[in-house]
Amino acid sequence: MADLSTYRFARSHEWLRRDNGAAMVGITDHAQSQLGDVIFVELPAVGTQLEAGAKFGVIESVKAASDLYAPASGTVAEVNERLTDSPELVNSDPYGEGWMLRLQDVGDAGSELVDEAEYQRLIAG
Amino acid sequence: MAARTPLYDRHVAAGARMVEFGGYDMPLQYSSIRDEHLAVRNRAGLFDLSHMGEVRIHGRDALEAVQRLIANDASRLDVGAALYGVMCNERGGIVDDVVVYRDPGGYLVVVNAACRFKDVAWMREQAGGATLDDLSDSLALLAVQGPLAREIVQPLTAVALDAVPHFHFVDGSVAGVHCAVSRTGYTGEDGVELYIDAEGAGSVWDAILEAGRTRGLLPCGLGARDTLRLEAGLRLYGQDMDEDVDPYSCGLGWTVKIAKGDFIGRESLSGIDPKNPPRRFIGMRIADRVIARHGNAVLADGRVVGDVTSGTFSFTLGYGIATASVVPDVNKEQPMFIEVRGAEVPADVTPLPFYKRPSAVGAR
Repeated sequence: MADLSTYRFARSHEWLRRDNGAAMVGITDHAQSQLGDVIFVELPAVGTQLEAGAKFGVIESVKAASDLYAPASGTVAEVNERLTDSPELVNSDPYGEGWMLRLQDVGDAGSELVDEAEYQRLIAG
Repeated sequence: MAARTPLYDRHVAAGARMVEFGGYDMPLQYSSIRDEHLAVRNRAGLFDLSHMGEVRIHGRDALEAVQRLIANDASRLDVGAALYGVMCNERGGIVDDVVVYRDPGGYLVVVNAACRFKDVAWMREQAGGATLDDLSDSLALLAVQGPLAREIVQPLTAVALDAVPHFHFVDGSVAGVHCAVSRTGYTGEDGVELYIDAEGAGSVWDAILEAGRTRGLLPCGLGARDTLRLEAGLRLYGQDMDEDVDPYSCGLGWTVKIAKGDFIGRESLSGIDPKNPPRRFIGMRIADRVIARHGNAVLADGRVVGDVTSGTFSFTLGYGIATASVVPDVNKEQPMFIEVRGAEVPADVTPLPFYKRPSAVGAR
């Protein structure tokens, strides 16, 4: 199991990991498990400005299509190009190789994001 | 609460994700739909299909009852043979799609789980002098499908599986448990389906899993069953057809035998030109990894010409596939689109099935 102590979680099941003013964004293991086999991930163009809570893309699994929401504001500095041909990385490694965005100029998400223990409580409830 | 098959505890113990389907708690997937799908295409998969309904029709007038209920011709069924067909209502709409088996004592009609109670009521109403028994709760059904299915099951049975032709069955035993061994399936692959008394199903399931372990057989859920059947161009009741869809309009005209004599719906169906039904059932190929879903609009010439009945991502082919019901006057040469989440996605008309197994040519 990945060390998730540096990860923060949104109620809409995205994660954010800050790293020197930048941040990585993906979806949680719980989310990928609920979605099942991911077929397609639609991600924004590099340079897109995102507000916290704004829709930034769509994830499509065999079961359903779901919107993706930005866990914090920021500018898209990079998207995970590997997901174009290997979207199943979101299933196999949601906190690592299945990352989706690298954000710059990351804003404060305030109290909207919770730590792992609290997130586990949310999904258990 | 949803009903459980005799294998429910095994599914839960194996970590399957369970979903309600047709009134039953069924495994959606054990590992991933992709892995299970590819196991069936390349090696073998084992399915619990015990949610399916089985209705026995026997006694005096059994053949007459079957002939009245289905649009296909059961009179040409030999003992040991099976037949795919549809039951229609008086309007020619499809009540259910079924497989009919003939054995020395009568007929076994296999119906969809979600239709079972509706079907049994309908069949009793129409059965005349024949006797009907709903065996759904006492019969389990397992399917072993894939290119290695037969060699995995063969060591467990004295039945010579190679000698059972496609769409035929024999009485026998597998892993010491009495069952009907049928050379049928819903995946586009070769394989067998086993009808077993409910109490024996667990030990047969265990024996097949064990026998298949070294050959890469996987237990498979309803998720893979759906992606496999759609690649193989097989219809799903409730999505591709229902009581308002006639068999010609969903590409099942080949199962309608007007000449066999009277059956329910014959008068309505006789009024349809088989070459020009009210709707056309087509296959569509979508570029890229886009999934069209039931109900998405199909567009051509800037107008809506139909709707998607089933859609998925084809793990075998690597692109999106869909079946659709469209109006007859569509020029299939012009560009067509499917509206997916507000966007018009190009989709080419392509013959069904999307996938045909390599060895199917010339196979029995």
